[in-house]
This record gives sequence, C-alpha cells and structure tokens, in this order.
Amino acid sequence: MSETVLEARNIVKRYGHVTAVNGADFDLRAGEVLAVIGDNGAGKSSLIKVLSGDVIADSGEVLLDGKPVHFRSPHDAQQAGIETVYQDLAMAPALDIATNLFLGREIKRKGPLGSVLRMIDTKEMRKQSRQQMDELGITTLQSITQPVDSLSGGQRQTVAVARAAAFGRKVVIMDEPTAALGVRESKGVLDLIKRITGRGIPVVLISHDIPAVFEVADRIHIHRLGRRATVVRPQDHTMNEVVGIMTGALPAPPVKDEVAS
Amino acid sequence: MTGSLQAAEEEAPAAPDTSGTRAATITDRIFRNPVLGPLGALIVLIIAFSILTQNFLSVDNTSLILQQSVVVGTLALGQTIIILTGGIDLANGAIMVLASLVIAKLAAGGVGQQWPAMFVGLLLCALLGAISGLLVSRLGLPPFIVTLGLLTILQATSRLYTKQTLLVDEGPLTFLSKGGYLFGQFQITIGVVVVLLSVAVLHFSLTRTSWGRHVYAVGNNDLAAKRTGINVRRVLLSVYVLAGLLYALAALQAFGRSPATSPNAFPTANLDTITAVVIGGTSLFGGRGTVLGSYLGALIVLVLQSGLTQAGIDPLYQNIVTGVLVIAAVALDAITRRKAR
Repeated sequence: MSETVLEARNIVKRYGHVTAVNGADFDLRAGEVLAVIGDNGAGKSSLIKVLSGDVIADSGEVLLDGKPVHFRSPHDAQQAGIETVYQDLAMAPALDIATNLFLGREIKRKGPLGSVLRMIDTKEMRKQSRQQMDELGITTLQSITQPVDSLSGGQRQTVAVARAAAFGRKVVIMDEPTAALGVRESKGVLDLIKRITGRGIPVVLISHDIPAVFEVADRIHIHRLGRRATVVRPQDHTMNEVVGIMTGALPAPPVKDEVAS
Repeated sequence: MTGSLQAAEEEAPAAPDTSGTRAATITDRIFRNPVLGPLGALIVLIIAFSILTQNFLSVDNTSLILQQSVVVGTLALGQTIIILTGGIDLANGAIMVLASLVIAKLAAGGVGQQWPAMFVGLLLCALLGAISGLLVSRLGLPPFIVTLGLLTILQATSRLYTKQTLLVDEGPLTFLSKGGYLFGQFQITIGVVVVLLSVAVLHFSLTRTSWGRHVYAVGNNDLAAKRTGINVRRVLLSVYVLAGLLYALAALQAFGRSPATSPNAFPTANLDTITAVVIGGTSLFGGRGTVLGSYLGALIVLVLQSGLTQAGIDPLYQNIVTGVLVIAAVALDAITRRKAR
C-alpha cells in the first residue's frame, strides 16, 4: 500500500446556514490520479478549496505528508507544494506565456540588479518556460512570448497546467480542466495529467467528464451530500454504477480494503 | 475571465507546430509595441504643423512645448499606474494643488523653510494616496467614487485653507525652473530633464521589475493575481502611494513653471491626465498600457494646441480635435481587445 500524501479528516465548511461540506474525508496517495466526482452542490468544490487554501474550513484537519497543515490562503498551499489549476483559469491575458508561468514567482536578476532594483531575469524565465514546455511534451504553443489572450482555450489550459506542474512539488489539483475544451484538446490535457504523475506527483482531478475520469484515474472519490460516499477503482465498476452511486440511485459500496488508505 | 471561457469554446488550435516554441520575431515585437501608435501620431502632427505653419518647429516653440508638458506629464504618470490596476484618479489635480498651497504657506517665513515645507508636502501627498489606496484595496470601494469624493473634499479644503494666490520665493522650491541651453539656443530646464527621468525610471520599473509585472497582473485579472500568490492589496496600496508621491513632484514642477499657486489652479488636471493616458494607448479597463505612451499623449495634446493656435484656428477647435482623439483612442483599444479575444 503506497503512502498517503494529502489527507483530510472530518472537514466541515458552512456558508451561513448552508453546510457545503459535512464531515468529509479525503486521501490522496503518492503518484496516483485521484478523480473527485459528485453532483452539482455535493460540496466537492468546497472540499477542494479547503485543500488548496482558497477557503478555510470551520473544522476538521488537513495533513500533508502526515503533518497537520493550516492553509490561510492559496499562497500558503503553494508554499507547501500544492498547486491548483482553477476552472476559470488564473491568467493575466495581456501578459505573455512566460510571464504568466512565473507570475508571483519571478526569477530575479543575479547580484544587486535583482536584490536592490528587483529586476527580473526575463531571459532566464523564458528559457525555463521553454524547458518546462518541452519536458511536458507541449508542442501546440508557437512562442513563449505570445500574450495569453492570443491563445485558444486549450492552449490556455495547457499553460495553466504547465504552471501547476512546474511548481507543484507535492500535489497538483485540477478543477474541471476539460470542461470548456473540445475532444482533441481534452485529450491533450489528459495526456499532460499522465505526464505529471509520471514525474511522481499525484494529481487530484475534479471532473464531470466520467469517460475522462475512467481513462486516467487510479481511484475515484465519489462525493455526495457534503461527504465522501465511497472510493472505488474504475476497473471494479461500470460508468453507470459510478453515476448511480454519485446520484444516490445505487447504494454506496463500502470502501474495499485495497482501495482504502 | 468570461473572455477566457468564450475563447475556450472556439476551435481547437491549428495543427501542432512540431518545431516547438520559438522566440518572437522582430516584426512581432515591433507590431506589439504599444508605444508605436502614440509615437506615430505625434510624429505625423509635428510634420503636419511644420508644413502648415512658419514657427512650429522653431527652437523656441519646441522647447516651450517640452516645458509646458512637465506638470500634466508628471500627473499623468501617477494616473497611468492607477489606471493600469483598473482604477482611475479624479483627485490628482486637487491633491497637487492642496500640497502646493501647504508648501507655499509653510515656506512663507523664508527660503530656509523651503526644504521642510517640501518634505511636509511630500508626506501629505503620500498620505492622501495611502487613504485612497486603503479604501480601494481594503474595503474594495470603486476608485472612481473614492477619488470623486476625495476631489470634492480637497477642493473645499484648499479654499478653506486659503483664498489667496500664494507666491514662493526663489530657492529650492523653484529649482526645477533653472536651466540652460543645448546646441546653442535650445532652452532646456531641469524640470524637463526631471520629467523625462521620471518617465524613464517608471517605465523601467513597470517593465523590468516583479512589482511592474504584478501591477499589470492586478489590472488584468485581480483574482488570477491573488491565486498566483500576489499580494493584491499591497500592490494596490503601493500604486496609490507612489501616485501620491508623483503628484508631490508635480507640485514642484508647477513651482518650476510659476512661483504662484492658488486654490483655482489646474481645475481640469484630472481630465487632462485621463486624456493623455487614453491617447497614449493605455486601456481604461486596466492591465494594458505604458507610462511612455501617456507622456507622449500629453505631448500630443500640447502639440495640437500649439500647432492649431499658430495656424490661426479658433482655440475651441483644439478641444474638438482633442475630444475626437480621445474617442478614437478608446475605440482603437476596444477594437484591439475584441480582436484579442
């Protein structure tokens, strides 16, 4: 049994009178793709936002590599090595690809130019951006100096994923990365997910796209009514069964020993 | 962000370019350069007026236009960085005027009090900038309303403070009026040198430092900036305080132009700077533009005024032409933004 990288126990998150997450558990193992699925309003987004530092849970604990962590902002989670690709992306459209890739983490020039004048090393950032794109096998981007608003939706998603892959030392979380994409572009993103886990970084994939989930996921976390209903392996169930559990049409099977953490 | 979703629904990209990523070509870089538009317009105007009038390109007139550009040019720099973050500043002229009145009154005792007076003026402008900055960044109030309120308050405060025209003696406060001659008879003041230096330093900071990238990122998409770990509040606050300091510099530039100041000075500075910024190619939606363009925008307005006056055209036509230019510049921005989507 591989070790657990990111774990959450008994998370509760309320918005006013609405309880979005009601005692949810979560665990992510080293090197795996864990899909998180659930109906609209099941609370999966809120759970993920707790893990990425975007919202603060009312109660419950989050453990990274077995140690408790308390994220107050996305920045905290990033510092801990957790990168998130947001559904509505997080790009500055007028800035170029390399700048977006390093946004908030610019490489400074060496010596006093960098430390005193805070000058950035544009050349180095472009070089590393190209390296990153090459390592991930991304060939659809013409130039690293193109502004992001000249890119198609799939290309933008590629840049967002590349950024997460570049800085996610522990975990990469992707919220609906294929929701706005065509078939071919979705396939490109799924390939990228496989390449990231190939580097040993586990990926959390939140998606409504059940066929995509079955294609890439090692395990599927099914979220229902604010908590984890069960975790299954795609090879043990059909897509219809999984959708049935998700919507409550089928009873949630108990978590099997070899699937549990 | 809606734009990115719209774009996401468009067709898949063209066939993958197997050559991988490449560097931008020189033509790409030239055509993407945002300063090209205002610079071209300025050159065309200068050529046109040189042909149409006798004196336009004379040494006297050119040096006069440069000297006239120092106050609005400096104010426009502050306006630009605020607009780059997606804001707007209606109070810049009022801040500068109040500071100049405070400085003039404090310095009335003698030349020896000019340095401390200058320091107080600088602090006052930084403080007023910090107030707008905190209201915008902490409370999330719209900059238009915050600075409209500040404008009203400061105009009244200035008139309560003094109703007279105040004069400053020759000394450190009028330092920027000093100057010399280049190439024989081209008169150039320290004020002109300082405004050019200000443009250069700010241009460098915006394009070559991480702070500059963050300013653009906040104006582009503040949620994205926050999610990448940028401290959006701190960036906003720094921009408003820096703008305040630039308004203090503008007050000194104003003393360099004339030792007199009154509560009625520069009544349209806010609109003049917005005009310069827009003609200079900076988007009012934030995230796109340059300070260099804004200074060129200020020069364009002055060149128009000077040229049309010398061509013997009714000064009211100057305003009509300036208005047309503003609308044309905004239209150009809207069209390029739509194309980019």
